[in-house]
Amino acid sequence: MKKYWSFFRIRFIRGLQYRTAALSGMVTQFVWGSMEILLFRAFYQAAPENFPMTFEALSTYVWLQQAFLALYMVWFWESELFNSVATGDVAYELCRPVRLYDMWFVRGLAVRLSKAVLRCMPILVFSWFLPAPYGLTLPGDVKIWAITILSMTLGLLLIVAFNMIVYMSVFYTVSPQGIKLFVTSLAEFLSGSVIPLPFLPNHVRAIVELLPFASAQNVPFRIFAGDITGPDLTISILKQTFWLFAFVLIGRFLEKRALKRVVIQGG
Amino acid sequence: MIQVEHMNKTFKVTRRSAGFSNAVKALFHKETDTVHALSDISFSIGDGEMVGYIGPNGAGKSSTIKILSGILTPDNGTCLINGRIPWKDRREHVKDIGVVFGQRTQLWWDVPVIDSFELLRDIYEIPRHQYLTTLEELTDLLALEEIIKTPARQLSLGQRMRCEIAASLLHTPKILFLDEPTIGLDAVSKLAVRDFIRKLNRIHKTTVLLTTHDMQDIDALADRVLLIGKGRLLLDGTLSDLKSRCEPPCATLDEIVASLYREFQI
Amino acid sequence: MNSIRLYVIFFLMHLKSMMQHKVSFFMTLIGQFLISFNVFLGVYFMMTRFNQVKGFSYSEVLLCFSITLMAFTLAETVFRSLDTFETIIGNGEFDRILLRPKNSLFLVLCSKVDLTRFGRLIQAVVMLVYGICYSSIKWTPLRCILVVLMILGGVCVFGAIYLIFACLCFFTLEGLEFMNVFTDGAREYGKYPIGIYGKTVLFICTYLVPFALFQYYPFLYLTGKSDNSWYSLLPLFSVLFLIPAFLLWKFGLKHYQSTGS
Repeated sequence: MKKYWSFFRIRFIRGLQYRTAALSGMVTQFVWGSMEILLFRAFYQAAPENFPMTFEALSTYVWLQQAFLALYMVWFWESELFNSVATGDVAYELCRPVRLYDMWFVRGLAVRLSKAVLRCMPILVFSWFLPAPYGLTLPGDVKIWAITILSMTLGLLLIVAFNMIVYMSVFYTVSPQGIKLFVTSLAEFLSGSVIPLPFLPNHVRAIVELLPFASAQNVPFRIFAGDITGPDLTISILKQTFWLFAFVLIGRFLEKRALKRVVIQGG
Repeated sequence: MIQVEHMNKTFKVTRRSAGFSNAVKALFHKETDTVHALSDISFSIGDGEMVGYIGPNGAGKSSTIKILSGILTPDNGTCLINGRIPWKDRREHVKDIGVVFGQRTQLWWDVPVIDSFELLRDIYEIPRHQYLTTLEELTDLLALEEIIKTPARQLSLGQRMRCEIAASLLHTPKILFLDEPTIGLDAVSKLAVRDFIRKLNRIHKTTVLLTTHDMQDIDALADRVLLIGKGRLLLDGTLSDLKSRCEPPCATLDEIVASLYREFQI
Repeated sequence: MNSIRLYVIFFLMHLKSMMQHKVSFFMTLIGQFLISFNVFLGVYFMMTRFNQVKGFSYSEVLLCFSITLMAFTLAETVFRSLDTFETIIGNGEFDRILLRPKNSLFLVLCSKVDLTRFGRLIQAVVMLVYGICYSSIKWTPLRCILVVLMILGGVCVFGAIYLIFACLCFFTLEGLEFMNVFTDGAREYGKYPIGIYGKTVLFICTYLVPFALFQYYPFLYLTGKSDNSWYSLLPLFSVLFLIPAFLLWKFGLKHYQSTGS
């Protein structure tokens, strides 16, 4: 556990050193968030009756998405890990007394968390100060906060578990670029990063919500925004848990088989 | 003819301190240090000379080469190469010099070396006939026939360095700057490279300025040696002058140079 | 004319180099296409739900989207080397460029031609054709020329933004992420006519970075929403954005040469 804390600390200090980079990143995210909301405002003015969620909820969703981008963005791959399989360096990792899956999983978590921790506060604070309905609207019920945090954790673990499946698949094929890009664009759309899932036509939405990606950022942010309530809430959390377990099991299974392959081929 | 007089160059470097509290401080206030890369450097090199430029890391060797190439502008002082100021007449000046960086390549990675050569021919606008003559000579002297059609990524370091040198000479420059050309090469390749440079100097009277940490290079090639340390020119003499600097027990050139570093505290 | 010939030679070298890695090339091509397709799907679903936005119908939005995508993709293919300029400076490639007897900016542009963007380019062409056929605009030769001008104007504006980014790399290699706002951001939010985002954005995009001059005002004239025929000349003004970008390059180059790498 200690080594992960040191790793985290070093990344954190490194992050602080590059203050212009941090500032720059924040400005970028403010602009993206603002533009998204302006866009939705234009659509709202076009046909408010077709708007599937309240505008406050939408704004909250957008700002949360920006603040926690590092946690849930699917296209966050560590090329080192891909390369280590291609070059065979992964052999070093296999010699350690820790399971490869666990190591890479924790690593994936650490990287995302360290990136998110730095960026999220300024954006959350800024968006809170924005006038309603363009800013962050906080839920009145304390329970919602707690459920959101639970849901965010589940969603994060889900995404990292998904990453793991893709990493493991690299053991089976030589070219990661194709898989990477295909999977990324698909997952991005299905998780609600392109447009929030409520905006999809009803029949499409029904299918997408059955898929695992709808259980990543889509759930916690909409819970916080008040867009998911009552029995839907319980069902969504259960779905998240289910898919998390499914992904972890698949990932670990792939890892076991992949490592067997590696050993047989002489490494 | 290279003439350098009273050249100075300073850089400002941001100071980064260790630890958490310093990192937070750095968020609000940037501290810079001034580095004197070159202080009052003067020397002149005549046509056809072979000069070794030595000194510890960070002494200012790369800065000098960059200024002589025209990439970097000095703070003050004059520099004339064949009657031109390098950074002012960059495009004309650059036609007359060749530069080989030991640790970086100018060859395209995935295509045969000969294609990189032809691209250079087009960039430098070398007349076809002249290009073919030069190419033949370089292929012959550097033994490139077998590797010239291979992509650079498939060549060994020694083979690649021979191609690099050839690439730098396709436009028959009068002056050649070599920045650590033998770094990482095996013994056979090193000898081949040194042999070639000597021949080049003998046949074409090419002026050669060589920076290196390998004293065998100096011994084999340099008539003259310039020693630079902490930005100042500390020694300018012939190779035999250098060798006579230290009586036994300094036997090898490395030991002589090491004792010089100690003497000048660089 | 020698420069054009030299550029073609470079282009063929890049093609040859790319052909060495066929599998990876095609994978990236397909991947780029898919990412772009995502963006299109976003537009499609939103327009299906709302039918119109600020007076622009689905076919009009599609046309605007395809014109912007075309301009952006062309710019990305040609100016890729500027987009990745921090690498060129960082690994010493720019120093090598300064050792050649040619204009350094020209050689920088030659050093990278991103052919993997071809997937997006094809998609852009398909969408443009679809957008043109599907639209209810009465096509006159003048209107066709206007579309071409809009695309050219867009290429110049995006090119100028890439150039400004490269110039900033001369001064610092950190903290340049915000430039993404203008490149990826422009592609992302240029999906829709830029006027729909409100007066502030329109102001910035007219007077600061001239997106509106090639994407919005000419589009108003194209779709008949405005009768002001001067709007059709605005793309030419957006080309002028290259001038300050180029001046910044010269300034940045001087700075680079006095501070080294």
